[in-house]
Amino acid sequence: MDAEALARIQFGLTAAFHYIFPPISIGLGVILVLLEAAYLKTKDRTWELATKFWVKIFAIVFAVGVATGIVMEFQFGTNWSVYSRFVGDIFGSALAAEGIFAFFLESGFLAILVFGWNRVSPKVHFLSTIMVMLGSHFSAIWIIVANSWQQTPSAYKIVGEGVLRRAEITDFWGLVFNPSSMDRLVHTVVGAWATGAFFVLSVSAYYLLKKRHTDVATASLRVGIPFALVASLLQPLTGHSSVAGVAKNQPAKLAAFEGHYDSTKPMDLVLFGWTNPDTKQTTALKIPGMASWLLYQDARRPVTGLDKFPKEDQPPVAWVFQTYHLMVGSGMLMILLAALAAFRFRTGKLPDCTLLLKALVVSVALPHIANQMGWMSAELGRQPWIVYGLLRTSQGLSKVVSAPMVLTSLVLFTVIYLMLFALFLFLLDRKIKEGPTLEMSSKRSDRGLI
Amino acid sequence: MNYPFDLQTVWFLLVGVLLTGYAILDGFDLGIGTVYLLAKGDKNRRTLLNAIGPVWDGNEVWLITGGGALFAAFPHVYATVFSGFYLPFVLLLFGLIFRAIAIEFRSKLESPRWRNAWDVSFSVASVLIALLAGVALGNMIVGVPLNAEMEYTGTFFTLLNPYSLLVGVTTVALFTMHGSIYAVLKTEGELQEQARKWVFGSIIFFALCYVLTTMATLLFFPHMAEKFRTQPILLAVPMLNVLALFNIPREIYRRNETMAFLSSCVAVATLMALFGIGLYPNLVLSNPNPEYSLTIRNASSSDASLTIMLTIAILGMPFVLAYTSAIYWVFRGKVNTEALHY
Repeated sequence: MDAEALARIQFGLTAAFHYIFPPISIGLGVILVLLEAAYLKTKDRTWELATKFWVKIFAIVFAVGVATGIVMEFQFGTNWSVYSRFVGDIFGSALAAEGIFAFFLESGFLAILVFGWNRVSPKVHFLSTIMVMLGSHFSAIWIIVANSWQQTPSAYKIVGEGVLRRAEITDFWGLVFNPSSMDRLVHTVVGAWATGAFFVLSVSAYYLLKKRHTDVATASLRVGIPFALVASLLQPLTGHSSVAGVAKNQPAKLAAFEGHYDSTKPMDLVLFGWTNPDTKQTTALKIPGMASWLLYQDARRPVTGLDKFPKEDQPPVAWVFQTYHLMVGSGMLMILLAALAAFRFRTGKLPDCTLLLKALVVSVALPHIANQMGWMSAELGRQPWIVYGLLRTSQGLSKVVSAPMVLTSLVLFTVIYLMLFALFLFLLDRKIKEGPTLEMSSKRSDRGLI
Repeated sequence: MNYPFDLQTVWFLLVGVLLTGYAILDGFDLGIGTVYLLAKGDKNRRTLLNAIGPVWDGNEVWLITGGGALFAAFPHVYATVFSGFYLPFVLLLFGLIFRAIAIEFRSKLESPRWRNAWDVSFSVASVLIALLAGVALGNMIVGVPLNAEMEYTGTFFTLLNPYSLLVGVTTVALFTMHGSIYAVLKTEGELQEQARKWVFGSIIFFALCYVLTTMATLLFFPHMAEKFRTQPILLAVPMLNVLALFNIPREIYRRNETMAFLSSCVAVATLMALFGIGLYPNLVLSNPNPEYSLTIRNASSSDASLTIMLTIAILGMPFVLAYTSAIYWVFRGKVNTEALHY
């Protein structure tokens, strides 16, 4: 394999692995705020125990998120230096904003969230929880702004020649509100909420199945189930406005989503199936014209197909097609499960529904599948461009880096990430088996929080 | 030579401030890592980890932000250095990840073998990070081979020249001293007595490295000292540096740990300032072919971009400084294993 393929694999692997953690932090952060608010309002010990238990879990997730996030930042420079030179002037503002408004906020107040129970008043602690939650959201904002600029560049001018050729920013707010940033931000953040919510649902369902810590599990579900339901119901809506943006700004990506090859025909909505870009055939269970109708309220309106794009400007169609539908499918399952759980929980019958509880335990994987597949379809759909229409991925690679060097770091990162993941699961498992314990009650709460 | 306070210079200073902040803050917790294995017994080790427990994560954010600021303000430096110093940076990432894992995970199991393994990882990673950071700084002074395309043309071994290695060892020594003082500040009783010995040992070690590095710099890299001849007022920086260093043993002897630690912070900051003054206005010196050097002029982002970022920094930094100080205030005072975080 050449350096480009290896560097892409490395980026994909490290980004996918990193992205297990931030969405949990974002979603769990909101749940922590809700749980602690309930505790402050009622002074009920169950809420306190639930908050402290989830704070412990949050700390583990956060630590692994930071450790894996560092790699992401360095990697742009190591493997993609030409790209870094090209986008540096644009990304500068977003990175500066992320550093100053998000990183310091999140990591600083995390110390109080985790270690500060007995050092500050309950109100200050609650404020810190809110700050950590806001910090993780702010972080998402600036990363999505930068990433969306790669999808739909705006507010820039191209300056210079050769190695000095780069995009320069012309308007900060034009960068922040580039054509895809807000749609993609909302879709990503709501996806993260669902990730945190299903995480809480899964662990709580496990406790109900084992008939342990049922009070804390029930308290967590009281917050987690409505949150999961709201988030998963919002996702088709936010996803729809994202797709509408893709239709306008990245027609090749949209065509790949639905395996649509013929620009004279309306676009069908595929439920599942497969597509072959060589024969230009999509064999699938689909609703004819439905995508055209969803986008333009006209089921017979033709939509740009892949025939409008020469082969070298097309994304890897089959990948984009499959990942996109896996995302949508997982999202639908999430709605179904959240609705069932909400219904059973309201009638108080959830603890007896063993099958549903078991399904909820496993459901922790669903939002992760949706996140990973969604990102893959978004980023693979952008190919062959690293910055859409401006810079090809093959041009973004570092000039001085050879395939053996990338391979070395790829192997090393894979090994260390596997170790990290094994450790993460092991520790999570221990914390969950240990559960919310008496040790966490008010007087001795400083102990063993991590 | 006059110093026009243009945008590029301001960003040179700001990136410098962020990296100095990182050196001061992560410096002491990396330093705790280098002396860590000298602390005997699980209780003492946990106490040391508890001393840095609430803050190390935040400290590392200074590196991430410093790296981000470098990318943002001087994208060509970021691109050239990170792709050119490929293997050292991969190693640095390793160090950082391993260290994070070790701190968070060591106390999760009772097994002495488990704990020992993580203790060693934590210590080795801390030394490695400090060493690599120092070697990188050393190479900035020596200069690295660049071509007209701003690309690094050397190899991994080009970076391992004797002078840069010396700067690397000096950095380890500096952080060891800095961390030992922090240990004295944050502990009591028998462990504190032990930490006082580390301070005196590491000061001697650092003093040796310091003299050697200074001599080598003046002999082989006189460009680093040039500005002090033309702008004698700048000599205040090395003088402050020496005063701060001499003040450390004095304050330790008088058991005034807070002042000792502050002196150590001043020492780290002034060393970084000396480095910055020597380097300015270059960022990556090209050696040979100095005409290919990356400077604050040819490697920076556009003025428009630098202005936006400066606005963001001016709006945000007061808050960051306010709440960061408040958080340190919350966690002031001695630590022990009463609150068993680790």
